Amino acid sequence: MSPLEAPSLPTVLYLVAALLFIGSLGGLSKQETARQGNLAGILGMGLAVAATLLVGRAHAWSPTTMGLVYGGMGVGLAIGAALAARVAMTAMPQLVAILHSFVGLAAVLVGISSYLHPHAPLQGAALHVHLIEIWVGVGVGAITFTGSVVAWAKLKGSLSGAPMLLKGRHAMNAGALLVSLLLLWPFLDTTAAEGGQPTWLGTLVLLQMTGITSALGIHLVMAIGGADMPVVVSLLNSYSGWAAAAAGFMLGNDLLIVTGALVGSSGAILSHIMCAAMNRSIWSVVFGGFGTDGGAGGRVVEGEVTPTSADELARLAADARSVVIVPGYGMAVSRAQHLVHEFSTLLRKKGVQVRYAIHPVAGRLPGHMNVLLAEAGVPYDIVLEMEEIDHDLADTDLVLVIGANDIVNPGAQDDPGSPIYGMPVLQVWHARDVIVFKRSMGAGYAGVDNPLFVKDNTKMLFGDAKDSMAAVMAALRGRAAA
Amino acid sequence: MQEQTQGGAASDAALGGAEPGAPRAVVVGVPRESCPGERRVAATPDSVRKLVQKGFSVVVQAGAGLGAACTDATYADAGAQIDDEGRLAWGADVVLKVRAPRELDGGHELDRLRRGAVLSCLIWPAQNGELVQRLADLGVTTLALDQVPRISRAQKMDVLSSMANIAGYRAVLEAAHHFGGFFGGQITAAGRTRPAQVLVIGAGVAGLAAIAAARGLGAEVRAFDVRASVKDQVRSLGARFLEVDIAEDAETAGGYAKTMSKEFIEAEMALFRAQAPEVDIVITTALIPGKRAPVLWTREAVGLMRRGSVVVDLAAEQGGNCGYTEADRTVVTPNGVTVLGHTDLTSRLATHASQFFATNLVHLLDELGNTALNVDLANEVIRGALATHAGAVTFPPPPVPVSAAPGPVAAAGPAAVARPAASASPTWVLGGLGLSLMGVIGTLAPPEFVQHFTVFVLACVIGWQLIWNVTPALHTPLMSVTNAVSGIILVGGILQAASGELSVAAVLGAVAVLVASVNIAGGFLVTQRMLGMFKKEG
Repeated sequence: MSPLEAPSLPTVLYLVAALLFIGSLGGLSKQETARQGNLAGILGMGLAVAATLLVGRAHAWSPTTMGLVYGGMGVGLAIGAALAARVAMTAMPQLVAILHSFVGLAAVLVGISSYLHPHAPLQGAALHVHLIEIWVGVGVGAITFTGSVVAWAKLKGSLSGAPMLLKGRHAMNAGALLVSLLLLWPFLDTTAAEGGQPTWLGTLVLLQMTGITSALGIHLVMAIGGADMPVVVSLLNSYSGWAAAAAGFMLGNDLLIVTGALVGSSGAILSHIMCAAMNRSIWSVVFGGFGTDGGAGGRVVEGEVTPTSADELARLAADARSVVIVPGYGMAVSRAQHLVHEFSTLLRKKGVQVRYAIHPVAGRLPGHMNVLLAEAGVPYDIVLEMEEIDHDLADTDLVLVIGANDIVNPGAQDDPGSPIYGMPVLQVWHARDVIVFKRSMGAGYAGVDNPLFVKDNTKMLFGDAKDSMAAVMAALRGRAAA
Repeated sequence: MQEQTQGGAASDAALGGAEPGAPRAVVVGVPRESCPGERRVAATPDSVRKLVQKGFSVVVQAGAGLGAACTDATYADAGAQIDDEGRLAWGADVVLKVRAPRELDGGHELDRLRRGAVLSCLIWPAQNGELVQRLADLGVTTLALDQVPRISRAQKMDVLSSMANIAGYRAVLEAAHHFGGFFGGQITAAGRTRPAQVLVIGAGVAGLAAIAAARGLGAEVRAFDVRASVKDQVRSLGARFLEVDIAEDAETAGGYAKTMSKEFIEAEMALFRAQAPEVDIVITTALIPGKRAPVLWTREAVGLMRRGSVVVDLAAEQGGNCGYTEADRTVVTPNGVTVLGHTDLTSRLATHASQFFATNLVHLLDELGNTALNVDLANEVIRGALATHAGAVTFPPPPVPVSAAPGPVAAAGPAAVARPAASASPTWVLGGLGLSLMGVIGTLAPPEFVQHFTVFVLACVIGWQLIWNVTPALHTPLMSVTNAVSGIILVGGILQAASGELSVAAVLGAVAVLVASVNIAGGFLVTQRMLGMFKKEG
């Protein structure tokens, strides 16, 4: 017997793969080790696949079905590589969302397949547990699949970011869950009567449940507003992990269980961190409808905004000793990050202290702004988190708010009627001057008026962020030349 | 006293003699402080200019600013009317003062106030109940500046903080004046001296200012406070933080200290006795709101100090922290230690003290909507400071449930004002469900499932631990890598696709393999791309 056929070898390889996955997530906690972390993940995945193929070798799987596997893998890897190579960094949220949907879809398929083709004859409690595992795996997978597709469409802009709120939506969600649960009884009964073999009725009921949970996934994410997308994406990330874990249970595969649980709990924590950053409870995000109920909607903002010009901004920037740049989703939309980087480099050459302040929920994906700034070449040591820079804002000469709104809204601190009251925000208004880059005078994604815009030390630079930045650069260079 | 002929004419205009039909401007009056030794003033030419800009008409009593180096001419330049006798200043709609009105030879200053006027000054309503009652009877709206709540938003109106800052600084200068040595160590041809050893008791705003001033002069500083939360602030100023071995934190919701247990006080006293022979300067700043200041630096401790040492007691007005303290007197103890009980430290720095005080008042008037003089009882700052209103005593205010750490390193910050999360009950429901689930699994599930379940739960815990350490900047790469990793469902697909005959189940498995592969390649590669972009400077 060759060592490759040792019965324990695949299991041990699975264990090593699991350790590599843990190391991968651990490595991603710091910039310095992040790349090794990613490599560990790739290595773990390779080992896991190799181990599974070893199992196949031991059981002499048929060449036809192996052909199917290799074919699927080849096509899938090629598609994935092409996607990854071509995606723009501003489109990262969409890509992450659609990739989540694939995990959900795979979980559904594996679940149904596992029902149609049981591996070992099971009886009694063991059979029931197995069938419930299939049920849960398919259900969670379906919600992940359709929910992620809706999130993808919303992030891409194919669907409106506004929450869709049907009457009695909570009742509909609860009803869908209840019916899915009730359908479990005929599923268990008919399958148990056949001694674990699939039945037509069972298949039908399983597909019905898949349809219901798919609709539930669509409805859940449709009801969530665009400003909550960072939470939704990380929640779906979590769901995709749980779906994988459920598949592990139904196949009795510990590697799937471990990996799914790792991903599931990491996504859950990310969602929690995002919610804490917005001072929202996870429930208010999951059940949607933010910013539309309550009616009051905070104090009406009164006052005049002061428009400014690129020339004035260039003058202020050239005279400043310290500048803080607060990027938001608007910077991503107009793809202004490269010009912003040029701007900050130019100022830094003149001896101005330039730093970036990142709010935890800036953008549409956790950490989105950091990725965009990194893409533009901004060194990560001048990109600071909210807590790191909040105390310095009062001593800052000039703050540039580029396409951000709710994360710099003073109403979050002093207007108890504001829908975002209590959310920690960057207190940019303590700086000497604030300039807000804004397309027009509309409310932010949360639909909240922003009293920052009418403060005495705030000036507005209207227009597309990229065009405005280009004008500022021209003015700044003009000053340098003059 | 200079004679001003316009005084009379101006008074008529301001006291209702305006043109019929024209709205009368809201008048702010700044009377002269009558308390002996008080050199501060509640408005400076700068603040008068701001008030005039906001639409107030301002009357300053002649000579009000002299102690703070503000002449009548500079007030007039800023747009104020100068009023010789103070009749106008006291009769204004809004009267700004430093100290509360007092009984004088010619009658009580209270009686010069107009009915319905707004008075802003230091009142200490808890200690001056009778005065507050009389203000209420007069129908005066009183804003007690000492009662402005200590919340982040109100810091710009908090005169206690701005005055404490000044007192702490001045205390060090007074100590230096009476101390016969250098603060900073010297190494000269004529010999060398050690840096002065300064102990600051109570690291509130005053204590921290004292630490900074003493450090600035070159002294070595140690500080003690019963509130553990100020430790970092003390250290950030370059001082050593003294601790006792008893775990007890004294911070109250309002950011002040409370009275401590007997054991703690004994440990504290032992610490002070040990410190006494080592230190040259002791600055005490310990206050407990509404109570006599605690005696912390006992006569015994003073007896252990070196001859020529100095104690400055900032709590002298509230009875003193030092056993020898007499308010407003300089006491020299039998062993040659000077104990200063000045209660006018801020007045000794009258120019800047007045500037801060006046700025605090301008902010407070902002809070009233300036000339609207809107006493909004829902505004927690106004409500907190309001001692009398509409003929009634409104002190004490209902408790403000908000706490924020005072001082420069307020770590609590915005998190402290967070509203309660929308609902906590689902968490409990989930907890209950989880427990019952464990029960069901334990009694019903087959052993193999329980084995997998164990692995599952432990992996959840590992994931939970791992992710907390991730820097937020890497959240996007983390998400795409976990995404790729969850493509591990590929293994499930392979098992389903290949382990049997060619069937529907196998084809479904193969499709699962395909989509999972997209995930794996896409997730890992895009992560690699992103991480490649993150770079450090240089």
